[in-house]
Amino acid sequence: MLASSTITALRQQITAGDITPRDIVLDVAKSIDARNTEIGAYLSWDVESALAAADRADIKKPLGGIPIGVKDNMNVTGQPCTCGSRILAENYTAPYDAGAIQRLRSAGAIPFGRLNMDEFAMGSSTENSALGVTRNPRDITRVPGGSSGGSAAAVAGDLAIAALGSDTGGSIRQPASLCGCVGIKPTYGRVSRYGLVAFASSLDQIGPLTKTVEDAALMLNHLCGYDAHDSTSLNVDVPDFTAAIGQDIKGLRIGLPKEYYISGIHAGVSASIQAAIKQLESLGAIIEEISLPHTELGVATYYVLAPAEASANLARFDGVRYGHRSGRAGDLMEHYTQSRAEGFGPEVKRRILLGTYVLSSGYYDAYYIRAQKARTLIRNDFTEAFKHIDVILSPTSPTPAHKLGEMKDNPLAAYLEDVFTIPVNLAGLPGISVPCGNIEVDGIALPIGLQIIGKALDESTVLRVAHAFEQSR
Amino acid sequence: MPAVHQIDIHHVATLARLTLSEDEAVRYAAQLDGILTYIDTLTRYNLDGVEPTAHAMPVYDVLRADEVRPGFTQDQALSNAPKRTADQFQISKVIE
Repeated sequence: MLASSTITALRQQITAGDITPRDIVLDVAKSIDARNTEIGAYLSWDVESALAAADRADIKKPLGGIPIGVKDNMNVTGQPCTCGSRILAENYTAPYDAGAIQRLRSAGAIPFGRLNMDEFAMGSSTENSALGVTRNPRDITRVPGGSSGGSAAAVAGDLAIAALGSDTGGSIRQPASLCGCVGIKPTYGRVSRYGLVAFASSLDQIGPLTKTVEDAALMLNHLCGYDAHDSTSLNVDVPDFTAAIGQDIKGLRIGLPKEYYISGIHAGVSASIQAAIKQLESLGAIIEEISLPHTELGVATYYVLAPAEASANLARFDGVRYGHRSGRAGDLMEHYTQSRAEGFGPEVKRRILLGTYVLSSGYYDAYYIRAQKARTLIRNDFTEAFKHIDVILSPTSPTPAHKLGEMKDNPLAAYLEDVFTIPVNLAGLPGISVPCGNIEVDGIALPIGLQIIGKALDESTVLRVAHAFEQSR
Repeated sequence: MPAVHQIDIHHVATLARLTLSEDEAVRYAAQLDGILTYIDTLTRYNLDGVEPTAHAMPVYDVLRADEVRPGFTQDQALSNAPKRTADQFQISKVIE
């Protein structure tokens, strides 16, 4: 089955003339037909246009002929872009390609299929999608994580070869961890955000979800780079990330933040991570305890800044230029309030209200500015730590995948589970989640992810450690 | 549990341009109170004199040359409009 293969392997087969891009698209489509009803990873997929692209594909290009699934918050010309929301579910067709999509196309890849997500990327279970349930392919009674839950479920369940996700507080790494695939969030600014529907602009970053670390490196090579359409895009050199693949990690210094290894972590997750640490030590890495003293502030800081930015970003959904427009509206104010009330789901409303509150007169200094100051301390913690070490290790998520519906009525409890991923976004650093074992729960093996955090722009070292670890297992 | 933060949820909803049902208003006020109580963790640290961070990477004003370059046609820009008339977005009447 080609859909269960890797980009690297398929590229060799294409180049050797054993298969064609059309074969791959058809096989992925077959896999979607067979399993999407159960898994719910895709919201839509257009086989005809993908086949047309496959027949035109330049197989000499580095990703030539490889179909890539796309989270449903990135614009691909002529395709829907629902963001998992009713507000964009009807009558929106993307009129342009996002920057990341342009780059993938230039490398020969074929954007194929729209992957489910928490509405506007707000959530960590994909249960906040207004458009369908996504199930974890390892145990269909459990969530895939989120917000890029469709992307992770598709890759881990072999309904896609690789996929794009976006990560604002862990939305690539956490679902990768819960479904058992690889997911990397690059340094903030590495990948263009042009055409990614904005959630929290100072934190959002696009990245790949793949079956192997090598595939992640390959995709990053073709996703990163300056884009004049994104004012925060970094105009810096993009190294060949695949050069990091296969290098050893002897003498590399790995930090374990003492604040991360505390109570609240599932015993099975702890055991997996401890085993991973031993494994890396046996590969020659030097393990050191470090301190990130302001870790405790991470979640609180994030849940001020991200909703604040979201409340501003989502103001654009006003039922005028695109998106749902209420049929019940009288005057213009009612047109706005009613269109938005009908279009947005509960989690999005909750965060818009929270964001509006912390930005409102009288609370701006107490919440928003205070959170921005806390962000400085969190960022400084990492800067200080990285003077002495090369990468930081932690669990990606403190728990394996929850049962569907388990966290439904407790938004705060769900927020607190982002504790290891959020600080990485606040500091703008690269982070990967790589599978590091399973925990047996009710007779089913649930995947655990190891998070490796690197210095800004040092994805290469992150990938090097992740690959060495992956290959040693 | 009594609310810690006196949130005027209807005022916030007006600012956010959201109609809320009475049920929603009660539920969101209680949930926001809980979340803000957690966020009050931030008050346990002395942040006097700390510079705020808006972006992890330094962000400067980015200007491009003032030259015409390709963009959407009017038709493309209007292609997703819920209502259009005379090649424009149509909205509710605002002037009597």
